[in-house]
Amino acid sequence: MSAEKIGGLHVGKPHSFVNDPSEEAGPWVLPSQRKVGMICLILTETALFSIFVVAFIFYMGKSLNPPFPRDVIPFPSKTPWLASFALFASSFTIIYAEKMMHKLDRKNFLIWWGVTMALGAYFVFFSFSEWMELIYHEGLTISVNVFGSTFYSLVGLHLSHVIVGLILLSIIFVLTLLGKIPEDHIEHTEMISWYWHFVDCVWVVVLTLVYFISPRF
Amino acid sequence: MPNGTTIVEEEKEFEPPPPERVGEEHGSMTRLVQELVYTVDHKKLGLMYIGSGLLFFVVAGIMATLMRIQLYFPSSKFLEPDVFNRFFTMHGTAMIFLVAMPWVFGLGNYLVPLMIGTRDMSFPRLNAFGFWVFLFSGLFIFASYFTAPGLYNAGSAPNVGWFAYSSLTSKAFSKGHSTDYWTLGLLFNGIGSIATSINFIVTIFCLRCKGMTLGKMPLFVWMILVTAFLVVIAMPPLSAAQIMLTLDRYLGAKFFDTQAGGSAVLWQHFFWIFGHPEVYILVLPAFGAVSEVIPVFSRKPIFGYPVMVAATVSIAFISLSVWAHHMFTVGMTTAENIFFAISTMIIAVPTGIKIFNWLGTMYGGKIRMDVPMLFCIAFLFQFLIAGLTGVMLAVAPFDWQLSDSYFVVAHFHYVIVGGIVFGLFAGYYYWYPKAFGKMLNDKLGHWHFWLFTIGFHLTFDPQHFAGFLGMPRRIFTYEAGRGWEIWNQISTIGVFLQGAGILFFVVNLIHSYIKGKEAGDDPWDAWTLEWATTSPPPEYNFDKIPEVRSRRPLWDLKHPEDPDWKFE
Repeated sequence: MSAEKIGGLHVGKPHSFVNDPSEEAGPWVLPSQRKVGMICLILTETALFSIFVVAFIFYMGKSLNPPFPRDVIPFPSKTPWLASFALFASSFTIIYAEKMMHKLDRKNFLIWWGVTMALGAYFVFFSFSEWMELIYHEGLTISVNVFGSTFYSLVGLHLSHVIVGLILLSIIFVLTLLGKIPEDHIEHTEMISWYWHFVDCVWVVVLTLVYFISPRF
Repeated sequence: MPNGTTIVEEEKEFEPPPPERVGEEHGSMTRLVQELVYTVDHKKLGLMYIGSGLLFFVVAGIMATLMRIQLYFPSSKFLEPDVFNRFFTMHGTAMIFLVAMPWVFGLGNYLVPLMIGTRDMSFPRLNAFGFWVFLFSGLFIFASYFTAPGLYNAGSAPNVGWFAYSSLTSKAFSKGHSTDYWTLGLLFNGIGSIATSINFIVTIFCLRCKGMTLGKMPLFVWMILVTAFLVVIAMPPLSAAQIMLTLDRYLGAKFFDTQAGGSAVLWQHFFWIFGHPEVYILVLPAFGAVSEVIPVFSRKPIFGYPVMVAATVSIAFISLSVWAHHMFTVGMTTAENIFFAISTMIIAVPTGIKIFNWLGTMYGGKIRMDVPMLFCIAFLFQFLIAGLTGVMLAVAPFDWQLSDSYFVVAHFHYVIVGGIVFGLFAGYYYWYPKAFGKMLNDKLGHWHFWLFTIGFHLTFDPQHFAGFLGMPRRIFTYEAGRGWEIWNQISTIGVFLQGAGILFFVVNLIHSYIKGKEAGDDPWDAWTLEWATTSPPPEYNFDKIPEVRSRRPLWDLKHPEDPDWKFE
């Protein structure tokens, strides 16, 4: 805890603030800094995503020229079912990994953590191949119409968060593999899983909006 | 900590550091620079925030002075039109993001850990990151004056206004890179602000000393907490809009390209979703400073503490739903006009409650007319008028007449200078003795106060009338015979008085640092924890983490026979 830093000259004066020591309350318990910090980060990220979501909704059906979403991502056929399943499944495997972590079972933790990373990596791989397809075969680029602009910015913002999540996951994975995650770092790991759940929740919104609703236009 | 809780251990005593550290305290200039660059101490970072804010304040103030000189005579040729455009853009951008924000964050950084009785912020390195990102984003934006001409040689500093309305910022109308300096500089500035704000929230929730429940925190800490939440929620919309603008300008995206189905109005919405809460982000810490100064100088506890907190929180909530009152003239639907007019009027209610609470605190008190209190009293009058013109502008049909006129300029300068800057000056005079161990000179302080107050009124009162007479904002000159001359001339004279006031302030800061009267630990006989340690506080703030039982722990300490905690 940073509050324990010491330095400088010893000039502060001791003060006693207890006027009536007989009135001692119980232990003074405050929330964890990491958890509050992570909640704030998720809050601010939510605000960031909301604006891109609003922009996407605002521009739905406002493209003046093709390609339109109904042509390039028609509802059941081009919906990323498998990639979405992989991403949602990774939210469950990471819970499993956490359970193993609380049991201090390093081997099974690594297995489930690795499965989570593999599922996330598949999602990133799928997105890259989907973008290749859209750009080279369908001609949907960020500058072709407002659908292109909002599609790539919203999906891309989410994708960048998945990639950041993958980097965080692999840091934990490598450190654990090297035996560097002692028990008192459990909360750090937990925070990364919070972030991963958040990225998943955002995908629920993006999937619904981009792949279920927008192909009507 | 696996159980997710932090238990503050009692009785943390420190051994004095080894004696060889003593000589290092006053080293050479290099040593000072090294220390400032390396430091993660919240007090040094706080002072660095305020100091660099002051530098930007002087630069942006000189820009304002030059603009006022240009407007002194009709059809004046003192400044070129595009120079004028750059000046009002940079003046606005700098005053909001590079002056008011760092002043607010600096005061918060310095005071929050002291007030809640802890040794530093939760994440000291993140804190240093926030400061350096702010400083370099500011230097980056100003660097546009030297580097922005770019390929087309078509501009230097940004000239699109501080809210950079779309279509002005498109590639077609803003060639070169001047707009990109604005966009990217503020994008990074926003990231720094968010980092600092998250740090504030975590510090306030997780590092309070024993006994300091949320209901016992000083009001300044409450205001910083609410401000930090507003930054966390309201800053990302600006960042998002700036990312979209950058995509538009560099990758040819169509967000704000009206010819390709994009919408210029969407930029206005996104900007003001950030822009209006920003006003409260800046003013709430000023409210906090005033809420600390008025009780101490009235010798009474704050009147209506819980109501003050409730009013602050409701201001924060309502402020998120008033943004489009900046856009009445853009042509919204009647339903939208009514909604934003009414929500804007409602926000005057909690603000009014605060003014009554400050008056209630002063009522029947033994008021001490020292310089911090003078600034607070001027703040009360000026903020009241600013609020009243705000309610006037909230009436959509009235706004249709006066939007983008000098009346609006007068209104928001009343808020930002008359409210925020006066509140912060009160705070500086109040807390300077704590930070430097010396009192600010009273005589120079009075000169500062009276010159700045009179100058402020001479500058901004006439602008209301210029606005009524139809003078639009952001024009670089005007024809004679429209009845605007006299108001502009008074206004320009006022700027020089304000400048003289600031000169007295800067002289006072330096003079008092060298020759000021020793302050002692608690020169104002105040009640909050920052006055319990030495002036200036040691690097670790408190030898022993204090324990509090009421909102005025130092009162309890000084009056053991009649402590506050018996009544709270």
